[in-house]
Amino acid sequence: MTETRKYETVIGLEVHAQLLTRSKMFCSCPADYIQGSPNTAVCPVCLAMPGVLPVINRRAVEYVIMTGLALNATIAQNTQFHRKNYPYPDLMKGYQISQYDEPIALGGWLTIDVNGEEKRVGITRVHLEEDVAKLQHRQDAQGEGYSLVDVNRSGTPLMETVSEPDMRSPEEARQYLLKLRSILQYLGVSTGNMEDGSFRCDANISIRPWGSSQLSSKVEVKNMNSFRAVFRALQHEEERQERVVEEGGRVVQETRGWMEERGVTVSHRAKESAHDYRYFPEPDLPPLSIDREWVEEIRARLPELPEARRGRFATQYGLPMYDANLLTASRATADFFEECLKTKETAPQGLAAKSKAIANWMLGDLTGLLNASGAGVIEGAKVTPQGLREFTDLIDAGAISGPAAKTVLEEMVKSGKGAQAIAVEQGLTQISDVRLLDGTVAEVIQRNSQAVQDFLGGKETALKFLVGQVMKETRGRANPSLVNQILQEKLSSKGRQ
Amino acid sequence: MAANLFDLTLHEARGLLDSRQVSSRELTQAILGRIMEVEPRLKAFVTVTGEMALRQAREADEAMAEGRVTPLTGVPVQIKDNMCTRGVLTTCSSRMLESFVPPYSATVVERLYGQGAVVVGKGNMDEFAMGSSTENSAFFPTHNPWGMERVPGGSSGGPAAAVAAGECLYALGSDTGGSIRQPAALCGIVGLKPTYGLVSRYGLVAFASSLDQIGPLTRDVTDCALVLNAIAGHDPRDSTSIPQGIPDYTRALEADVRGMRIGVPREYYVEGINRDVAETLKKALETLEKMGASVEETSLPHTRYALAVYYILAPSEASANLARYDGVKYGFSYKQADTMWQAMEKTKQHGFGPEVKRRIMLGTYALSAGYYDAYYLKAQKVRTLIRREFQEAFQRYDVLVTPTSPTVAFKLGEKMEDPVQMYLSDVCTIPVNIAGIPALSLPAGFVDGLPVGMQIMGKPLGEETILRVAYTYEQATEWHKMRPKL
Repeated sequence: MTETRKYETVIGLEVHAQLLTRSKMFCSCPADYIQGSPNTAVCPVCLAMPGVLPVINRRAVEYVIMTGLALNATIAQNTQFHRKNYPYPDLMKGYQISQYDEPIALGGWLTIDVNGEEKRVGITRVHLEEDVAKLQHRQDAQGEGYSLVDVNRSGTPLMETVSEPDMRSPEEARQYLLKLRSILQYLGVSTGNMEDGSFRCDANISIRPWGSSQLSSKVEVKNMNSFRAVFRALQHEEERQERVVEEGGRVVQETRGWMEERGVTVSHRAKESAHDYRYFPEPDLPPLSIDREWVEEIRARLPELPEARRGRFATQYGLPMYDANLLTASRATADFFEECLKTKETAPQGLAAKSKAIANWMLGDLTGLLNASGAGVIEGAKVTPQGLREFTDLIDAGAISGPAAKTVLEEMVKSGKGAQAIAVEQGLTQISDVRLLDGTVAEVIQRNSQAVQDFLGGKETALKFLVGQVMKETRGRANPSLVNQILQEKLSSKGRQ
Repeated sequence: MAANLFDLTLHEARGLLDSRQVSSRELTQAILGRIMEVEPRLKAFVTVTGEMALRQAREADEAMAEGRVTPLTGVPVQIKDNMCTRGVLTTCSSRMLESFVPPYSATVVERLYGQGAVVVGKGNMDEFAMGSSTENSAFFPTHNPWGMERVPGGSSGGPAAAVAAGECLYALGSDTGGSIRQPAALCGIVGLKPTYGLVSRYGLVAFASSLDQIGPLTRDVTDCALVLNAIAGHDPRDSTSIPQGIPDYTRALEADVRGMRIGVPREYYVEGINRDVAETLKKALETLEKMGASVEETSLPHTRYALAVYYILAPSEASANLARYDGVKYGFSYKQADTMWQAMEKTKQHGFGPEVKRRIMLGTYALSAGYYDAYYLKAQKVRTLIRREFQEAFQRYDVLVTPTSPTVAFKLGEKMEDPVQMYLSDVCTIPVNIAGIPALSLPAGFVDGLPVGMQIMGKPLGEETILRVAYTYEQATEWHKMRPKL
């Protein structure tokens, strides 16, 4: 498709991720601002009372170091916080404590998959800052607008990861975001949830004629609240810029906001006028020296990252690379999968077959059901790994038939009940008892004399028809292979008569 | 021994309290009586906390009866109104915080409470500690007990005047460019600006964070050591606080300067220095020399840049520190605005006084894109040079001695129309804050009936050496025993 385009797209992303620390960035208030009612997780420090001072949350620094290491970046020996000055009612101090020219991590990369080939995307920097409060805009009885401030989020730690302008399409940007999120989730430093604002993305996008190495004026796109929104906004912006250039115009360097409903970006130019943040070193926080022992200790504790786990899944469980890739894309899914296999009893059919069976259920029906339920992710699902394991064990034992299994899983996702209980409750257990099937089989033989004659006359397909009749009589509950067996026995004795 | 209870030093009062000759209640009542008597003329307090003081006095008497005694137990203190006191107005002498009652106390205040202090009130000051005469208080100027038509200095003018006038036995002030030492000098008392990081700034309403430091204002050097003992030491809530233990500063109170090397930097005898002040200093140095110290003239050439550096760095930091006063959360809030932005702007316009606004503008300008390198960054580099120059000087000298202020107390209104003249009154004290070193001012004589202060500077954490030199001089002179007639 690239050959047909006259322009090359250049994209760089800035990602803000809320860190999963227990306390806030500069005080001991709980960082989980979503839980409490407004203005309960606050103290003089995050309220910016006169005279308060910040104290660095060491764990937040550690999380950024972890991320830096996972992104193959260099961890600074000395790092410094700066004040970023701008007035806004959600910014308690009137400045944000952020980092400027001495971030914690510099110069790394991650790899994304582009048409089956690995591509490196450079990471410029990873730094630490604090989040702002939340404004709620209201209207009074007279229709007058007013705003309320919820300070709970103020001062929660925020990690900013800035990429190099290395992405060449909206799809690459989406891949990068997914990969970065996956890494943060694996590290356990962020939930990576875009919808609730725990993981936010701003994009810089420009186009240039093919072969040109110059960077043309870039447009910053904001207000994208999902992976899909990022993809759509960048696609729109790419087309818009092409149109501008094609019509003989010039792309203006500006900030534009994505309007989800209208599917367009809109200029924020007015808002942007004269933004001078007047950065200067935060005098309340001396430069932080990060000693090498600490970095090495953190490196030693780094958990297994997506790529390593994918490789291990392929070798340890004998999974196809395709399955391993999908299963390890999110840490929660990979953990769920491994939890399913964590049992003392070895599966009768061997680990590889059992793994493949669980992988198939997870990547097939379970994913479908979770998507249909709107959750889309395994986190918070009612189905537990133990539940799914039991479910597959019942299938292996012949206690649930294939068609019934789908119904059972559906109910498991809905209610969270166990597979055995659901099967019994809904009469979906498979009938594998010869005595229970004997009568039905005899009845079917009696009622279908033509088919019996056909079979005895050498027509093999007639047997299938008879099996089907038994299944119909038992509403799918009969064990098909057992039915087959009983039928053959009865018919052969008939043939001998 | 002083005739009146309000004329006592902290350590004299301690003696009377410990020997049960006087109770904290009696002492506190005497102080409150003195406040009633002189405060209408002096105006050293923004808030008098009489009821709280009497309650604390009762608690102190109970504590003393049970044998729980610290050097501060039961002794009345005034606190500059830029240190947060839980449940008690903390205004910074600004309209902006005129009704602000903090929900927490500064670390130093907690330490005083913990040691049984009796807080009689909050001291008047230049608004947000910006000024050298206390005339920038949004409420009223404070007068000098030695001459009621004169300024007490600033910005800790309220605390200095209160100590000098016997409205408390000692006070806590803050010093960003001389705000403890200059008023101490002009009011004839002892004032110490400790090493940056020695005393916690937590709860001190920030003016210029890299320069601000809390310190004692006392009637003599012994009291200075006692109060420093009480307030110094590491505080995990202040990341710029020095993480190490502190000595007992009273052990430095030894009247002996034999063999000590005193440097006298000639740059501090600036143009515009009062000749009699210079003469007074010369005599004080002769006294120290007689007591066995060697006194030598020296040069600190970068001193002349300190004032310029200060008036870039301090306003820069202040421009950010004061951004939080937007009327959204606490303090003054302009209510008649049409829009949110207008409300925030009008809050600042009406809430801050002219000097505060001047400094916010100066700082905003110095940090702006295109000017940062020429101003802020350059100033930081010169700051490093000044610091280094002091380091080198302290390899040759134990202390440096200069006048604290180029003049004695000037008249109210005299410098209000000329900010630069006002800024120049801190020319001798500002280099100390720029370098982060400690310095003390103590009474060294009188000119025209007004006190003259001698400044003793030491190397970082050199408080003990400073106290020893000051104590030695004090033992040889009577200046610290003089009390103004009110």
